Amino acid sequence: MGTVFSFDVRGDTGPRTRTALAAATAWLHHVDEEFSPYRTGSQVSRLARGELTPDECSAEVREVLRLCADAEWLSGGWFSARYAGGIDPTGLVKGWAVERAAAMLHSAGAPAVCVNGGGDVQLHGGPWRVGVADPLRPGAVVTVVEARHTLAVATSGPAERGCHILDPHTGAPPADALASVTVVARGLTDADAWATAACAMGADRARGWLEDLPGAEAFAVTSEGGTWQTSGFARTHSGANTARER
Amino acid sequence: MRTHPLRRIVLSAAATVTGVVLLLSLKPHAQHQSVAQQNPNQGPSPTAAGSAPSASAGSTSGGVRTVDGDTIQTRFGPVQVRITLTGSKITAVTVLQVPDENGRDQEVAEFSVPQLTQEALDAQSAGIDTVSGATYTSEGYIRSLQSALDRSGG
Repeated sequence: MGTVFSFDVRGDTGPRTRTALAAATAWLHHVDEEFSPYRTGSQVSRLARGELTPDECSAEVREVLRLCADAEWLSGGWFSARYAGGIDPTGLVKGWAVERAAAMLHSAGAPAVCVNGGGDVQLHGGPWRVGVADPLRPGAVVTVVEARHTLAVATSGPAERGCHILDPHTGAPPADALASVTVVARGLTDADAWATAACAMGADRARGWLEDLPGAEAFAVTSEGGTWQTSGFARTHSGANTARER
Repeated sequence: MRTHPLRRIVLSAAATVTGVVLLLSLKPHAQHQSVAQQNPNQGPSPTAAGSAPSASAGSTSGGVRTVDGDTIQTRFGPVQVRITLTGSKITAVTVLQVPDENGRDQEVAEFSVPQLTQEALDAQSAGIDTVSGATYTSEGYIRSLQSALDRSGG
């Protein structure tokens, strides 16, 4: 399964930015080699086969495993890198890798950076306008998140690949599954993991959890086509686009 | 760049915007923590394979040219796209083939293709810089697009 990563850099495409772009690209390929479960020689594959213990993995893999444990704790187990008796940290890797790739560009002096990894976005500078795909209307945008500073936008939902996010406690989809949930946070590692956890929780539990979660705002589309958002979400979006005509 | 094994493609040659598309084999974030790996009926087959290039690849007319991507076999059926370039900038992505079966497959195809097309065009229409959410769903679309980009000499 391929994932497309796109970089947008505004305002400075000089040598430093181009060097950083090459480094960020190489970084993503490095992450792919180390974490891909489809590469039999990757650390994650070896970890899954029991050829490596977590302590024998690279510092990067150990960092991701730590972040997975953090997300699992913070979400009360609704985000989990453990399944079917094994360890699979790849759920957190994409957001983490994109967050770092964007930081590489920003720290090299690029004033406005947008990195999109398969629909999850890390931003620096701006202004940027991020459309949130409407899970129920093909091609439409259900709201727009605006950013003028460091911000991440992650969207998770059954529409992406069928109802794939399962309750890690029961192995079944949540009864009140959301059509999609978008989490806005400062970094994409968190935003991505939290959106995944919220999606697994189902509508009721997710709404309360996200409202109480420090550093996060959220927007959700229910399976009936309604929407809700956390109380601080309005600060991140342009009001004109949230009206849903149904 | 053509000798680079990582296949970097510069999508836009605009002065202040650089776009790069990469194809990596990381799983989409959604698949991981679930037990979806035990359920082989979800998502496109990872065994999609490209067919021979179309004969119409690379036709040129007054600085505008079209390049056809490979026809990619997915478990939903064949997917093929055509890109239109003006100079080195992609100005259109046309879907030549898309699965037209009933039910879920069609839903997946209808859902993913417009958004992928929109993304490939840099989502300029609504003043949106990028899209968060259910994009990039179709592996076949991505592979066909990638092959067209490779063939365009990007």
